[in-house]
Amino acid sequence: MSGFIRVVDAVKTFGDPERGGVRALDGVSLEVARGEVVLVIGPSGSGKSTLLRAVNRLERLDSGGIWIGDDEVTAKRADLRRIREDAGMVFQSFNLFSHMSVIDNVTLAPRLVRGTPAREALEAGRAILERVGLGDKLDAYPRQLSGGQQQRAAIARALAMNPKALLFDEPTSALDPEMIKEVLDVMTALADDGMTMMVVSHEMGFARAAADRVVFMDRGRIVEQGTPDELFASPREERTKEFLGHIL
Amino acid sequence: MTNGRRAAGIAAGVPWWLVLLVGLGAIALGTALADASYRVIFGAVARGFGVTIGVALASYAASLALGLLLGLARSSRLRPLREASTFYIELVRGLPMLVILYYIAFVGAPALAEVLNGLLAPLIRAGAVKAFQARDFSFATRAGLALTLGYAAFIAEIFRAGIESVDKGQVEAAHALGLSHSQTMLRVVLPQAVKNVLPALANEFVAIIKDSALVSVLGVQDITQIGKVYAASTFKFFETYNVVAFFYLCMTVSLSMLVRALERRLKRESAR
Repeated sequence: MSGFIRVVDAVKTFGDPERGGVRALDGVSLEVARGEVVLVIGPSGSGKSTLLRAVNRLERLDSGGIWIGDDEVTAKRADLRRIREDAGMVFQSFNLFSHMSVIDNVTLAPRLVRGTPAREALEAGRAILERVGLGDKLDAYPRQLSGGQQQRAAIARALAMNPKALLFDEPTSALDPEMIKEVLDVMTALADDGMTMMVVSHEMGFARAAADRVVFMDRGRIVEQGTPDELFASPREERTKEFLGHIL
Repeated sequence: MTNGRRAAGIAAGVPWWLVLLVGLGAIALGTALADASYRVIFGAVARGFGVTIGVALASYAASLALGLLLGLARSSRLRPLREASTFYIELVRGLPMLVILYYIAFVGAPALAEVLNGLLAPLIRAGAVKAFQARDFSFATRAGLALTLGYAAFIAEIFRAGIESVDKGQVEAAHALGLSHSQTMLRVVLPQAVKNVLPALANEFVAIIKDSALVSVLGVQDITQIGKVYAASTFKFFETYNVVAFFYLCMTVSLSMLVRALERRLKRESAR
């Protein structure tokens, strides 16, 4: 399997390791193929969010390397703009720009980063918002939307840059239960369209419906991985069993 | 019963301090128009109105610009910028405004003339430009410069607080979309930061109007200076300073109310 996203022996420490610093990533290697949907699960503090953020270089590694396609994310003089065009990011707390309407949120990056003419960006943005079911909310401000709508708008904002991969950092954790489905439906549709996705989430429904592979992380290491059926039905490792016992 | 309660409700909603202020203002104005000597004082002091407003507006505009630059430097990722900005802010905030005023007027202006002469030395020697002298800078200019330099430090801290009040997630989202650091600052952080500190910034304008009275110590003909001279020559201290206070209150109270209205509007907007 040739990886589109390749993580090789990633190490990241927060704080001074000799004084109780945390080793968030302790030698993680992972490959995600083009079009593959990988779900990363694990207890809090297991390093799964750090791994995701490192792929987009919101965190820098202490050692190890990350590549997206031919671009070396961890290179000293990496072209950040290019990396961020490769992989879009969706956050737990949406992080929509609160002083802009939904359509401005979606068209800002294409206009500023790509230099797309306003007219063109608007048309493209409208189409993308249509796709996530927010065709009637173009001029709404983030605070006027429900959590589920905000997260869908945030997904649309990431999609507007035509990323080759999407990274989701606990996209439904800040949502009320009745809004989780609308976000997961959008994500499932993206997966069906062949989008390469890395998703940090504990949504088992999404795992079964859309994930090709589930990776279980604990204390900065990958403990076990497999298809959703394999991992959920017959985990091999004791720690995986214990964790699944808590969330299933 | 219901009428009584409604009346009580309205009474509770009335800002009595404002009624009192406006009432006193009306009485003052009425007396002034009826009394010939008050009329004369009003006319005299009013001549300083333009100077007071002019000095306040010019210094405020300049200190907003300088304060924004200092505030950005203060929250910059580059350490030398951060240190330089902090140095300036701490230095200036540690001085009384009156001392800054004297310093700029009697040390800063001559020094500035020297520096300009040094920079333009070839031109001056060629006779293209006349050499600068400290007296080329009017005292009104020096006073405005001093207020600007002093207020820029306060305003820089307001901008910094505004920048820090913006959620870190906004910056991460902008970076994740490929925006550069300056694009993120300009298009995402600053608009939100400014909105958050708009009332605080507006309050600085009220403060600078009041502190503009300090320029009277340099003999600049503002409301306070004219009042001071008039009172000293006519011994009508009571009447003159009533009029001076009236002028300042007209400006500051009305502006403070505008700031409150602005605050309420922003609060309503963010609650919607």
